[in-house]
Parts: sequence; C-alpha cells; structure tokens
Amino acid sequence: MSESLANPLLPAPYRVLRNQRNTHDVFTLDVEPVKKGNSPLFSPGQFNMLYIFGKGDAAISISGDPTKEQPLRHTIRRAGVVTQALEQVKPGGVLGIRGPFGVPWPVKEAEGQDVLLVAGGIGLAPLRPAMYTLLANRDKYGRIALFYGARTPEDLLYLSDLEQWRGRFDLQVCVSVDTAKRNWMGDVGVVTKLIAKASFDPSNTVALVCGPEIMMRFSVQELKKNEIKSGNIFLSMERNMKCAVGFCGHCQYGPHFICKDGPVFRYDQVQSLLGKREV
Amino acid sequence: MELLEKILVQHPFLKDLEQKYVQLMVGCASNVRFDSGTFIYREGDEANYFYILRAGKVALEIHDGGRETITIETLGEGDVLGWAWLVPPYRRHADAQALELTRAIALDGKCLRDKCRDDHNLGYELMMRIVPLITHQLQATQLQLMDVYGVKK
Ligand SMILES: Cc1cc2nc3c(=O)[nH]c(=O)nc-3n(C[C@H](O)[C@H](O)[C@H](O)COP(=O)(O)OP(=O)(O)OC[C@H]3O[C@@H](n4cnc5c(N)ncnc54)[C@H](O)[C@@H]3O)c2cc1C
Ligand code: FES
Repeated sequence: MSESLANPLLPAPYRVLRNQRNTHDVFTLDVEPVKKGNSPLFSPGQFNMLYIFGKGDAAISISGDPTKEQPLRHTIRRAGVVTQALEQVKPGGVLGIRGPFGVPWPVKEAEGQDVLLVAGGIGLAPLRPAMYTLLANRDKYGRIALFYGARTPEDLLYLSDLEQWRGRFDLQVCVSVDTAKRNWMGDVGVVTKLIAKASFDPSNTVALVCGPEIMMRFSVQELKKNEIKSGNIFLSMERNMKCAVGFCGHCQYGPHFICKDGPVFRYDQVQSLLGKREV
Repeated sequence: MELLEKILVQHPFLKDLEQKYVQLMVGCASNVRFDSGTFIYREGDEANYFYILRAGKVALEIHDGGRETITIETLGEGDVLGWAWLVPPYRRHADAQALELTRAIALDGKCLRDKCRDDHNLGYELMMRIVPLITHQLQATQLQLMDVYGVKK
C-alpha cells in the first residue's frame, strides 16, 4: 500500500520524470514514487492533491491512461501560485502527492450505451482517462463521440491523441474553437453547437461533461434539448480544496463536499445549485 | 422546382413547415454553389439573400481595419447563413467566406419579405425559425466575450 493511501493526509514524495509543454499556459507532468513501487491505481475522473513544499497544494485530475502501466500523469494549467511553481519543476525535482480521491466517471455503468464526452478547455484532461478506458473496451459501448471546445486553435490540448482518435472509424471527434485566425480550417463556434450535430440514441446515451461551469450549463441545456435524461448526464465540478477527504469543508457545494461526493456528479444531484452565484 | 422543394422540405431549418409555405418559398429560391475561397458576402453589403446550406463550410469573419481577420463562427450542412435580410437596414454584419466547395439554396430576401407582407402566417413561421438563430448567435457571442476558457482573475 502506498504511504498516501495509508494516511490520506500525508503527501508521498514523487519524482518528476518529464515536464512537457502542451500550450502556452498548460503543461503535463509525469511523475513516479520516490520510494520504489507502483503509483496507486486510479479511476477516470479522480484527482490528486499536488504539493510544492513551501508554496501550497492544488487539486489536479489524473490525465493519463488507467489501462496502461505508465507514470502518473497530470495536465495542469497555470493559474496562480501553486500551478506556477509546478510549471517550474524540472525532471528530477520532487513534489508531494496525496490521492487518488473522488468519485470517478461512470464508465463501467455506461457499458451497453452510447457515450458522449463534452470537454471545454482544460476539461479534456479529466476526460482523457475516460476516453482511454472506453477505447480499450470499445466493443462494450455503442457510439462514442467527443465534443471538444477550446479558446483558440493554439489552446487545443493533446493534438496527437486528437489526431489518432479522429482517424478511427468507430469514434466521432468534433473540435471547435471560440475564435480563430484565417489559417484555421476547423470549426469555430461554441462547443454546444457540436452536440446538435451528433448522432446518438437519446434514450440510451450517457453524457460526461467537463469544463468551465458556464460551458457545462449550456452543454446540459443542449443535451436536454436533444432528449438525454438528466440522470444520464454527469458533470465534474470544481471548488478550492484543502483536505480532499471530507474533513475541512473547504469544497462545500450546497449539501455536497466536492472532494468526497464528487467531483463527478449526476446532473440531477447538482441541478438546483448550478448557475447560483454563491453556493 | 420539384428538386428545390424536396431539398427545402428536408432541411432542418424548414422542419414541419406547411407544404403551401414551402411552395411559396420555392418561388424565391435558387440553387447556388461557391468555390473554396469565394466571399459569399462582405460586411456592409446589402443583405439580398440568405442561404440554406446543404454541404460545405462557410466562415463568418470580422476584421478591424488593418488588424488580422478573425473567424467568429463556421457554418455547414444543416445551418442557415445570414438573417440580416429580415431586419432593417438589411445590411451584412460580417464577411462570409466559403472555406470549401459549398452548396446552398439561396433565398431572395426581398422576394420573401414581399411574400411575408402578403401572408403574415408565413412571416410568423419564418420569424419563429430566424429568432432562435439570432438568439443562438447572441448566446454564443456572450460566451465568447466571457472568455470562459480563460483563467479566472
Ligand atoms: C477536482 C478538481 C480537479 C482539478 N483538475 C485540474 C486539472 O486537471 N488541471 C488543472 O490545471 N486544474 C485543475 N483543477 C483546478 C486547480 O485545482 C486550480 O487551478 C488550482 O488549485 C489553482 O491553484 P493556484 O495556487 O495555482 O492558483 P490560486 O492562486 O489559488 O488561484 C488562481 C486563480 O484560480 C482560481 N481557482 C483556484 N482554484 C480553483 C478551482 N478549484 N476552481 C476554479 N478556480 C480556481 C482562483 O479563484 C484564482 O482566481 C482542478 C480542481 C479540482 C477541484
Ligand atoms: S477539501 Fe476538505 S472537505 Fe473537501
């Protein structure tokens, strides 16, 4: 058992193997435990608390492939103090990690159904492990589609994954950006518009949505317009976190603690809270 | 004419429109195609037509004098291009450029406005289809202005 699983409040030291730049403000860290042994197993949608000693911590989703043995992977967008410090860590550097925490995407429960993944911006990071899992078990699902929106073409993440996924005949991948210069030949417009053009069986479809809250609200509207049931729509919510195990109340969201009741919620669990100014 | 009617009936924009109205619209419709790179219209042009897109891709672009041109939306099969024909002063708000070979049914705005004036029910039906397009574009613009994918300050 890894140390962090033994005591969920104690970060375990991890060594950075690679710090790869994805875009001007997003990077991916590959890490492995300093003490020999495997990284803990995780489910798609779960997150870790990443520590920079002396600076603080941040909740970051695991963005790697849970079906393969590979270093623990996190894709991080520079926001403030901690993420800026994480960006500076060089290969060989050490950081602290606690986790994995949280309720994952219902990937197993979605077997036998069509699955739509709707991602906005950095929201593709928590959805990527779900996509890897769906593809590793492709024959267990109906149609699979990814709708991914970003700010500009320069902000698109995981270009080689996108290219590979686009080349498959058993997967629909639609990408749209909010604005683009003239040399971009892809789609421009809000990501919700892509949903209307997808083909799926609304009575047998599960939708996994991750992105800024307002984008998720508009996506839900569009999914419901397309007759997907509230109980089949799942959202990954974000709030500032501290303990990540339901002790401190930092991440409270109405009656829920996002760290332990989420971050993935069924839409009807959070429906009344979405869009409220202060919850 | 029969072919035009068939295409119009099948297009999502005219879903469930009574046949007599589709037939009225056929009187204002023509088949058009634009090669890749063609400007279908430019900002400020008179909005004489709107287009029911059948295939291809069109970019709506805006520019600010010398600065670079920005694409604000792309449209394709199943979409409708241009609503300015219905709203005075009937002028285009952006450039529309075909990004690839694009096929469409062009509807003569002036001809349609006359028909709507003669038959308010047709006007109502068209309004009920055009207003959601305008609302959609307004919402999309709001989201784009909010820069939802930017880091919260
Ligand atoms: C479950 C979960 C999973 C996450 N997964 C990822 C991920 O995979 N990749 C990634 O880059 N980020 C992820 N985040 C967001 C990440 O935790 C924050 O961006 C990070 O804590 C910011 O820390 P900071 O010290 O760099 O910035 P701070 O200085 O703390 O904040 C900078 C700005 O970001 C805002 N902010 C801080 N934390 C959050 C938050 N949780 N939600 C929304 N806004 C916030 C602040 O209000 C402030 O305006 C996740 C958050 C949660 C709760
Ligand atoms: S972060 Fe402490 S209760 Fe959720």
